[in-house]
Amino acid sequence: MSAARPDHDGPLLEIDGLATRFFTREGTVRAVDGVSLSVPRGATVCVVGESGCGKSVTARSVLGLVDEPGRIVGGRILWRPGDGDPVDLAALDPNSERMRRIRGGEISMVFQEPMASLSPMHTVGSQLVEAIRLHLPLGRAEAHDRAVDLLRRVGIPRPEERMDAYSFQLSGGMCQRVMIAIALACDPALLIADEPTTALDVTTQARIIDLLRDLQAQSGMSMLFITHDLGVVAEIADEVVVMYLGTVVERGGVDEIFHDPKHPYTRALLGSVPRMGAGSRQRLTTIRGTVPHPSDRPAGCPFHPRCDAAVAGVCDRSDPPDVPVGPGRTARCVLYDEAAVPASGVV
Amino acid sequence: MLTFIARRCLFMVPTLFAISVVAFVIIQLPPGDYLTTMVTRLEAEGQQVDEAMLEGLRERYGLGRPVHEQYLAWMSGIVQGDFGQSFEYGTSVSSLIADRLPLSIVLTVSTLLATWLIAFPIGLYSAVRQYSAGDYLATMIGFLGLAVPNFLIALGLMYVMHTVFGYSVGGLFSPEYRDAPWSVAKLGDLAAHLWIPIVVLGTAGTAGLIRILRANVLDEVRKPYVVAARARGVPERRLVLKYPLRVALNPFVSTVGWVLPALLSGEVIVASVLNLPTTGPLLLGALRSQDMYLAGSIILIVSVLTVVGTLLSDILLAWLDPRVRLGYR
Repeated sequence: MSAARPDHDGPLLEIDGLATRFFTREGTVRAVDGVSLSVPRGATVCVVGESGCGKSVTARSVLGLVDEPGRIVGGRILWRPGDGDPVDLAALDPNSERMRRIRGGEISMVFQEPMASLSPMHTVGSQLVEAIRLHLPLGRAEAHDRAVDLLRRVGIPRPEERMDAYSFQLSGGMCQRVMIAIALACDPALLIADEPTTALDVTTQARIIDLLRDLQAQSGMSMLFITHDLGVVAEIADEVVVMYLGTVVERGGVDEIFHDPKHPYTRALLGSVPRMGAGSRQRLTTIRGTVPHPSDRPAGCPFHPRCDAAVAGVCDRSDPPDVPVGPGRTARCVLYDEAAVPASGVV
Repeated sequence: MLTFIARRCLFMVPTLFAISVVAFVIIQLPPGDYLTTMVTRLEAEGQQVDEAMLEGLRERYGLGRPVHEQYLAWMSGIVQGDFGQSFEYGTSVSSLIADRLPLSIVLTVSTLLATWLIAFPIGLYSAVRQYSAGDYLATMIGFLGLAVPNFLIALGLMYVMHTVFGYSVGGLFSPEYRDAPWSVAKLGDLAAHLWIPIVVLGTAGTAGLIRILRANVLDEVRKPYVVAARARGVPERRLVLKYPLRVALNPFVSTVGWVLPALLSGEVIVASVLNLPTTGPLLLGALRSQDMYLAGSIILIVSVLTVVGTLLSDILLAWLDPRVRLGYR
């Protein structure tokens, strides 16, 4: 369908030093604090991290969907859909016509709660047809046919009848399939999936993940997948971005991250995944402490109070640098910065 | 949908029966009856009361009979369309009500329309531009309108209109048109008088509606389905009108049926203050003089209209909201 996208310099989406803050009465919350990542054409990039680490806000910043009192205060989000110069989405007015055309047309988004993401007052079909007609010059009948095709593509049985269904008449998995159909309605170049399986039961989760992977293989679109589920990451990711408290702590290819994690946080995260046959009397390894509230960030490396390898006098003083640790890999930790810690023999 | 309406209509039968009993009990509650009131008044005027004439009246109106017989006599009359006689006015209750009902309807409906026309845009603006100067202004006026009693607004408006403009605002017609037959000039005269009760009666309702609509829209605009619609590129103006406003309409539709009872009994005090020829003051007068057939009939009609209005609201709501229509669990 869109396999023949022209090759261009640079990745499809490049986020560079993005900072999104919420200016609340209690103080400023630095939800996203200098995040850099890129999504290559045709690839799936997974953003992982605990709740409240800024994954979703990063995703919403891309489409200018950050709610009041949040605002993008710095950084660039470069969008290279094809020919022409890249568009900086961070600088684009969220209410502009250009942004409106990008939303749903070039970049689509699938959300966490499929039931709540569909209006209960309108039929599934009307919302799907709306998405099609907003971006494609199709008449009512053509849009209807395309909508039925889309529902069939996402695996909804008897799609003709389902067009007239309301969200509360469908299961959560079916609603998420509808949301995916809406997202794919105009053949976007990038699909942002913000924890699309969190609200679903486990078997449905697996089906939705398979569906997304198949659809991506068919269409050649890129995917930015937000999740906290490392199992999902292993299944679909090409590249992984690990976030902690609004910053990217490590990024790299999925195999490298899983087999050779560098950052202490990534290691701790992978260590806390329960394993089959690990022994019945074995306690599950956890990361000690809790994620601090973003308005209450520790000085220096945000992870140092919970880090087993923290270097006193270094990690609690200065921000760690982003250190390249291999081709296409970075870790934001002083352990890999030879200038900062001279052979301290940690780990 | 049809079974829904049929079931709702069936539920209405016992409700209506209960209402008729309650209405009758209310009429009987005060000690004495219309004749005692009449005797007291005549004695206060220093007139002799003829015991034989009283007995005759009591016999004629059935006031001496047991309570349940009085109820049955009353109800069987109503079923045949006869609401009985008004003691005080000496005419039939139906003709008294029919006399005043058209103007009540005109007043209530135009007040409702004015309220909605003003409240909808302001409430929506207030929600979409939350915490803007316009929102604060609307909020301030809204709370003032809610807090000041209607009759006070009526008195204030009458005073200002009279002293500043030398313009009498009582009633719905100028004296020369009051008993004149209907004509274009009389209609114009009505329109010239009507806006004052509309303003007085509409302020509280408008203020309340603005607050309700603002709160409802604000509740809805942060819902995931609105964000999802925005994320698929729906333009902002169309987004607000199509999605959150649609849900925010529910409370309006659920209460639109209350207009029906308000046709008869709405705003008794304001109507008395402004000397409006509507049914509200009629009810008040009938209650004061224990004019039992008149008062009972008005209470009964108001109650029945409430039940019918609620049914209409429910049907409208089911038509508007698929969750009601299709049984959302």
